[in-house]
Amino acid sequence: MSTQTVQPQEGYLEAFAEFERDAAAGPSWLTPLRKAAISRFREVGFPTRHDEEWRFTNPAPLANTHFQPAKPNGAVVTAAEIAPFALPEMGTTTLVFVDGRYVSALSSLGTLPEGVVVSSLAEAFAAHHPAIEPHLARVAKFDTTFPALNTAFLSDGAFVYVPKSAVVLDPIHLLFVSTASDAPTVSHPRTLIVAEENSLATVVESYAGLGEGGNLTNAVTEIVVAQNANLDHYKLNRESREAYHVATMQVQLAHQSVFSSHAINLGGLLTRNDANATLGAEYAECTLNGLSLVDGKRLVDNHTAIDHALPNCNSHELYKYIMDGQSRGVFNGKIYVREDAQKTDAKQTNQTLLLSADAQINTKPQLEIFADDVKCTHGATIGQLDPEQQFYLQSRGIPKDEARDLLIYAFAGDVINRIKVAALRDALDAILLDALPQR
Amino acid sequence: MALLEIENLHAEVGGKEILRGIDLKINPGEVHAIMGPNGSGKSTLAGVLAGREAYTITQGSITFGGKDLTELEPEERAGEGLFLAFQYPVELPGVNNQYFLRSALNAIRKYREEESLDGVEFLKLMREKLNVLHIDRELMNRPVNAGFSGGEKKRNEIFQMAVLEPKLAILDETDSGLDIDALRVVADGVNALRSPDRGFVVITHYQRLLEYIVPDFVHVLAHGRIVQSGGKELALELEAKGYGWLETGATTPTAVTA
Repeated sequence: MSTQTVQPQEGYLEAFAEFERDAAAGPSWLTPLRKAAISRFREVGFPTRHDEEWRFTNPAPLANTHFQPAKPNGAVVTAAEIAPFALPEMGTTTLVFVDGRYVSALSSLGTLPEGVVVSSLAEAFAAHHPAIEPHLARVAKFDTTFPALNTAFLSDGAFVYVPKSAVVLDPIHLLFVSTASDAPTVSHPRTLIVAEENSLATVVESYAGLGEGGNLTNAVTEIVVAQNANLDHYKLNRESREAYHVATMQVQLAHQSVFSSHAINLGGLLTRNDANATLGAEYAECTLNGLSLVDGKRLVDNHTAIDHALPNCNSHELYKYIMDGQSRGVFNGKIYVREDAQKTDAKQTNQTLLLSADAQINTKPQLEIFADDVKCTHGATIGQLDPEQQFYLQSRGIPKDEARDLLIYAFAGDVINRIKVAALRDALDAILLDALPQR
Repeated sequence: MALLEIENLHAEVGGKEILRGIDLKINPGEVHAIMGPNGSGKSTLAGVLAGREAYTITQGSITFGGKDLTELEPEERAGEGLFLAFQYPVELPGVNNQYFLRSALNAIRKYREEESLDGVEFLKLMREKLNVLHIDRELMNRPVNAGFSGGEKKRNEIFQMAVLEPKLAILDETDSGLDIDALRVVADGVNALRSPDRGFVVITHYQRLLEYIVPDFVHVLAHGRIVQSGGKELALELEAKGYGWLETGATTPTAVTA
């Protein structure tokens, strides 16, 4: 490890000592988990470009910046400030977190079916909710740097619990806002979603930046989808253009459960998403889709890992990148098909539209198949706007610039159209049209 | 005033001269057929008129509705009332056909400083045109041409023409590869639009389409020039004699030798 990385690492260790002394709240069983996590962090330190998992995304800015822990309630945020990040016509349940901490005054809870819990983790700890201890910090391993840090500093976050056979029709919105400050800060948002047997729910995680701040958001989301449950998940990254965003999502799928997640990346200077799913029982179905709009000198890195542990499971992945300026994109898709996982059907697609000569994408499918009766396909395409398509639109009267937008939009539409919640699709449509690379 | 007037048009692609002095005048209400062998410059002429970037005009002029066509962007040409039915209609995955056509129509209306049509008005117009052309409405909910059969693509071109109501429509080998039903749809589409103030250029290799769309004039294009012009009977003559006589340097199809 170079001397450059030592200092910030010590900063985290000092911050942890302070956190443990003054701020660490929650149940007693959490304490050993936090301690284990910080020792893991002490052990592994920060990744470098020599780590295979960080080959195309230089983690140096994450390792070398002295991010200060975001102070609780250090910033006062008004409802008007977060209004742009609300998803209109999406029901009324929104939890708002500012710099990683729950703010009840900005949150609103709609009418939820009996037994459904949408609350802060701190509240759920206080209520001794039985679904937390078996899952929290157990679904997501903390053997790597960022999940370890998140777990070490775990004290609050979002908790969504959908009991057996409950149906929550309106999407639940979890909004994590990061505020600008003089010095860069780090927050560690944590989310636990438990969908019990035969339940159905939709959860949207939004990450938004207020002002232009070079903060680090280090999020971990744990999702448990029980037998026959159906969970529709969305992650919307609208961080500021200077922000660093590192997020790990770990999903556990039970027998005949259906999980789908869409990661829409619109913000962040450096975004690294690790989306991992374990299909740990038969007939589970997992969809991971992504749409990334990257411009300027921004970078979006999506790492996915789908673990087919048992037979007869399906997984689908479609990751699209629209890249302009000198932006960088990374896609790494791992699919493991274990020896027992016969009749696996896995499909992975990565498509990139390059709008400038200086944008660059590194894509790497990584399939490890140990069963013999399986169907696994992967494909990556990288292209530019087709001048023939542009001419066709122009020949029908559509001005050149509009033709270009229409074609970019159509490329993105492939992902947007897969979004099942109409209100969310419309909201994303509007956000996307707004975010389309400007001429 | 002529709708379209082409004078001494020379055009090249990649430094190679394809059109070598074309003269053509089309008045409102007229249907002109342009026939000729492969490589004679038929599609180049269509491309030059629609404003394809790959072609460079080296000499001559094109006047459309009194304006210098060469000065206009492809979308402006559409705004002025020019329509090209593509020989190979382009697939636009992810672009809904109906949305596309409404965007096109409203872009043209905007160019002409007309009010744009709202969703309801557009639907009404679309249904009207679909009924005339006997086209399945389901086609409208699909992405433009994506996964369409050859016949469906050509029908879609004709449908677009019917909705956009151009002053001059150029059909670039719209008949090639069509079965008889699709051919009828194409012909019906054109015939339904024939009017005293609209002109057509029907580019074709074969005479068959001209049984359904009866032209006022037939021109024979060879080596980048119009080598012969006549009435509809010229098409029949060409069909019978083939294009072989052109290779012999003759200027009439009568000099054919086996």
